[in-house]
Amino acid sequence: MVAGLKVAVENWPMAVERVRYVGEPVAIVVAQDRYLAEDALDAIEIDYAPLACVVDPIASLASDAPVLHENAGANLVSDRRFRYGDPEAAFGAAAHSVEVSIAYPRNTGAPMETFGVVAEYEPHEDAYEILANFQGPFSIHAVMARCLKVSGNRLRLRMPPESGGSFGVKQGVAPYAVMIGVAARVAGAPVKWIEDRLEHLSAAVAATNRVTTLKAAVTKEGRITALDWDQVEDCGAYPRAPEPATLYRMHGNMTGAYDIRNLAIRNRVVLTNKAPTGLVRGFGGPQVYYALERLMQRIAVELELDPLAVIRANLIQGGAFPYRTASGAFYDSGDYAKAVDVAVADGRLASLERRRDEARAAGRRYGIGFAAAVEPSVSNMGYITTVLTAEERKKAGPKNGAQATATVSLDPVGSVSVHVASVPQGQGHRTVLAQVVADVFGLSPAAIKVVADLDTGKDAWSIASGNYSSRFAAAVAGTAHLAATRLRDKLAAIAASQLDVSPGQIGFAGGAIFATGNRAKTLPFGRVAALSHWSPALLPDGVDQTIRETAFWAPPQLAAPTESDEVNSSLCHGFIFDMAGVEVDVETGKVRIDRYVTMHDCGRVLHPAMVDGQIRGGFAQALGASFYEELAYADDGAFLTGTFADYLLPTSTETPDIEILHIETPSPFTPLGAKGVGEGNCMSTPVCLANAVADALGVAELNLPLTPARIAALIASPEPALPAANRDRPASLGTVKPGDRTLRGEGMAMVAATPEAIWSMLLDADQLASIIPGCHGVKKLSETHFKTDVTLGVGPVKGRYKAEIKLSDLDPPKAATLSGSVSGALGTGGGSGRVKLAPGEGGVTVISYTYEAAVGGKVAAIGGRLLDGAAKAIIGQFFAALARKAAPESKRTGFFARLFGRQT
Amino acid sequence: MSHLSAATRHRVAFTLNGRPVSLEAEPRLLASDALRHGLGATGTHVGCEHGVCGACTIQIDGVPARACLTLAVQLEGRKVRTVEGLGPAADRLSVLQASFRRHHALQCGFCTAGILVSLDAFLHEQPHPSEEELRIVVGGHLCRCTGYTPIIRATLEAAEQLRSDPSLPDSSHV
Amino acid sequence: MKPAAFDFIRAGNLSEALDALGQYGSDARIIAGGQSLMPMLNMRLAKPAVLIDVMGIPGLDAVRREGDTIVISAGVRQAALMQRPNLASELPLLAAALPWLGHYQTRTRGTVCGSAAHADPSAEIPLCLVALDGEVRLRSRKRSRRVKAGDFFVGMMVTDKADDELIEAVTFPVSKPGSGHAFKEVARRHGDFAIVGCAALVTPDAIHLAVAGVADKPQRRSFPLLDGSALSDALNAFAWDLDARDDYHATARLRRDLVRSLGRDTIKEALSCRT
Ligand code: FES
Ligand code: FES
Repeated sequence: MVAGLKVAVENWPMAVERVRYVGEPVAIVVAQDRYLAEDALDAIEIDYAPLACVVDPIASLASDAPVLHENAGANLVSDRRFRYGDPEAAFGAAAHSVEVSIAYPRNTGAPMETFGVVAEYEPHEDAYEILANFQGPFSIHAVMARCLKVSGNRLRLRMPPESGGSFGVKQGVAPYAVMIGVAARVAGAPVKWIEDRLEHLSAAVAATNRVTTLKAAVTKEGRITALDWDQVEDCGAYPRAPEPATLYRMHGNMTGAYDIRNLAIRNRVVLTNKAPTGLVRGFGGPQVYYALERLMQRIAVELELDPLAVIRANLIQGGAFPYRTASGAFYDSGDYAKAVDVAVADGRLASLERRRDEARAAGRRYGIGFAAAVEPSVSNMGYITTVLTAEERKKAGPKNGAQATATVSLDPVGSVSVHVASVPQGQGHRTVLAQVVADVFGLSPAAIKVVADLDTGKDAWSIASGNYSSRFAAAVAGTAHLAATRLRDKLAAIAASQLDVSPGQIGFAGGAIFATGNRAKTLPFGRVAALSHWSPALLPDGVDQTIRETAFWAPPQLAAPTESDEVNSSLCHGFIFDMAGVEVDVETGKVRIDRYVTMHDCGRVLHPAMVDGQIRGGFAQALGASFYEELAYADDGAFLTGTFADYLLPTSTETPDIEILHIETPSPFTPLGAKGVGEGNCMSTPVCLANAVADALGVAELNLPLTPARIAALIASPEPALPAANRDRPASLGTVKPGDRTLRGEGMAMVAATPEAIWSMLLDADQLASIIPGCHGVKKLSETHFKTDVTLGVGPVKGRYKAEIKLSDLDPPKAATLSGSVSGALGTGGGSGRVKLAPGEGGVTVISYTYEAAVGGKVAAIGGRLLDGAAKAIIGQFFAALARKAAPESKRTGFFARLFGRQT
Repeated sequence: MSHLSAATRHRVAFTLNGRPVSLEAEPRLLASDALRHGLGATGTHVGCEHGVCGACTIQIDGVPARACLTLAVQLEGRKVRTVEGLGPAADRLSVLQASFRRHHALQCGFCTAGILVSLDAFLHEQPHPSEEELRIVVGGHLCRCTGYTPIIRATLEAAEQLRSDPSLPDSSHV
Repeated sequence: MKPAAFDFIRAGNLSEALDALGQYGSDARIIAGGQSLMPMLNMRLAKPAVLIDVMGIPGLDAVRREGDTIVISAGVRQAALMQRPNLASELPLLAAALPWLGHYQTRTRGTVCGSAAHADPSAEIPLCLVALDGEVRLRSRKRSRRVKAGDFFVGMMVTDKADDELIEAVTFPVSKPGSGHAFKEVARRHGDFAIVGCAALVTPDAIHLAVAGVADKPQRRSFPLLDGSALSDALNAFAWDLDARDDYHATARLRRDLVRSLGRDTIKEALSCRT
């Protein structure tokens, strides 16, 4: 799969020779049903040779970091600096410089429906027909066709009319559609694949995690004169198309809602051993606004100003629209100050402040947060090319615009159908389209049939088609309106000729077409609408046909990036202002949202209930990002959140009701004056809540998700000490650093045998066979290297594994290092331990051991909670067996074998 | 005692939305797959297959159950209801369903079948639900689209309607 | 996520179930409500060769009172126990804890004994069993025995139950006059496994506090009727002794903090609602 970046990275849809992330497809099994296919998967043994890996984007930049793609030479695959205005001078002259550093986590849209693909291959035509719940953008169609090595017209991609949610994510079905296409070709039969939740969470699509340092030059009144961004974007193991779009989608909006003329940006893209990233609702916005709006709060705190005053002082003024930002976005319309004023009044900020003061007086932790965000919509197909230099862009040819298409047709009984290349995923596009078109024709929405499935082999579409970047209301509905209006004008001409009036006098209402002011001159809508079918000869001059009208609409404002890297990355720019009151429970680390107010200016509201639904849904996802959701990896690359028991989506008990407010400043750039609204809260809400929590706790640095453990750590006072009476136990082995999932432990066993006897057992294959839990015989590869099959498990969780054990650092009969690895259908594990034998009193040997173990693969992703217990149990079994073996008569002699261990 | 061996398929018969049905099932076949693939009743959705999302919720003998945590062979002789059986007729909506539509309590609709089936059972148990009770019941489902509030509102209104007019088509249990 | 193949045995009575268990031993698993087992089957964490369904056994869905003991048989679903009319007076701790157990849609299927058999260290039923010093009644073809809850739970999903044994029932002592009970838990979301769960039983002369989610099994500690800093010290010692560990959802430190704070709150509530 080819990316927008010009780097030497082989971008395969499945692993070739080398696996770079957990969840990367390694084998495809085609069977009669998924049960059988999973049986076959279990039977596949894979011999992985572990390589060093890197999951942290900053670590990945280090010169000694393991390189994911040798051809690329390094994990840093793009490094661009941008400069607008004179940031250096502004920083030099500034009274203050305020800085925030954040690490935005990985999360995802997690639609309730997973990916689904049905692929067929026609060998005589060398053509693929693929049905997938893909939602565009159809620029990926070109990538897929190239991947399948066919021309675009031999890849017929069909998308069903209904889809169980996407939030951007369904774009990620593309590599799987390619693979299933190949599977169908190989199998010589249609192949269907329904992704399961583990596959989805581990390898569908993640939003990028990003490490950002953002600095502001600030006057003493709190006016920002310059921003300096340093963003390190983590695209996972492959820069998969359309990445690094997440980083550049906001490029024109890096100054947010603020009037800041001086701007410096450094954008780096790195690869790490994690799943590839792609479209997720908010797409770049959450990462940017988390930094920008945290910065606004920090400016207020550091300059001892009111946070709202800092926001107000910097907002773009109402009269300034359309407004060109420093980095080139062309903000269409807005009145930000008014939106803030209305939100403060109607959202009752004063009462929120009272509640805060009362709560604080009572000793509770209550905070208020704000966030202002510009929500871009209708992406410029050219923005991604900003990743290239002006030189490189010239070579590659111009890319810009956002071509939208819509078709309205009339059938022989005059009923109206609408078809758009948008592929709705539950946002109610059909409802809105029916209304928009019905209004044009004076019909009831129920009379309009909206056809929402899409077939690239038959329907009108462009590379900009699809359901993303909140382009529906602004672009697609407007284009449908355009097509309907053209048809209506033709119908008006027909009716005018029949009623003998001028077309300007024709009106449409209640299913009739009539001469305004003369209701006697009325025709049924259906009669006129059907005329083109039944008697084209009667069409008046200048009317060719009224059977079908396809409109194409491309906004001229979406130009290609300029020589100096200015880009109007999106057509429309809505505005959001959020405020939240939260209370933090210091004991549990949990946050209660007392009130959440969200003010939106999305231009003209086409359908209030649909807009409401987008805002509430976006808020709930943002709530997840704020407190619950993270696609988490351990330092060793193990993926930890493969189920809905670990990747936590908010439920109705966690999701509060919110207050939604609107003002409307219609967009002058879209046919209906509408702007996108689907992503805004994903951008504004996480940082608004974080600001509220920061206000409640008085802390400067905090990263998402704000889990109870994180919050507790932010406010932790010194812990009550381990009581003296307990201190004879083995000491704690030190604090574990975050992300380190290594199981560590130590323990001791006393065995009634000499150190020499025990030593010889550890080096004897047969003896080992009887000590290793669940062992099915040991094969000796060398004096110190053994191979075996073991059945391991705790409780009902059991599996058969291949294991290898090596002994090293031998110090007979006193000490040895045992290292082992296991692999099987449930995953892999490896560890090592140092075992020491010391003679004790009365012929007893004291065996002491320390170990480190790590577990990866499927079991880490789905059974994380089990692991510590399992490792402890298995290691315990080993030493218990050793004790039994070494001193079988210990029972008779009344000897005690004591085992205790401690794991941290 | 009956011993159903893994290697063969076994006839499983039960009542689905009032009609007797049967299919051939291996012991390991999940009830969700039996309904969707075995019987073509695709109204029941599958979102996780580990019992968390609730999309697959059906009623077994009148009580809600996760179809993905139920084996087809466990349905033997039971009365099963799915979303297809909630409306009084194929082209008519139950009071709850109609209220969902009015309140835009669904967007993509993927979670909706399970939520309707749960709430249908719960409203029979508790005709006077409070908002909090409903939030807890709906808490057994994941919806990624709506933010839940419209679902709660729709249910409160449907409960009210059902209370005030018992003759309404409330999908009386079959 | 589809289970591996298994045989399915519908036991018509107890001895059929026990015979099958005797025959298949560790290759077999009992399925009752399936709410713990089925996810493990679907993910292929567990691949038993045989499932033995006990829900068709007549009489296994009974909750009985035997003197001062409530006996809950293997087939009793969590929802059914919640609906027992006298539950709040007989077993106030269970009445408080059950609404926290999973969800409305899983309690309808999940059984009380199944949760005990699964032995998740964060789960509510094992916690209550340990808190109240209840018993597990085990039965195999050859023998019946009763095991104290504190001995039954051995570790993460590991119990004292032998492979050929079936949990026939779990039993809880009926609440005595003068005692108080309370249950509290902190989870990431409502219905999730607890980060820490606390169950307290206060009698006229002692406080018993059981904690779930921290050690690899629920653990109980008894103290005299302490308060103030003496109680804090006792809770602190308990918190450290549980050997908390970090996992993806919470840190060891938070868990110890919760044992101290939630433990205290739970004890306080139990004291305040003494009958
Ligand atoms: S599919 Fe059954 S609960 Fe998610
Ligand atoms: S409506 Fe889409 S998941 Fe609920």
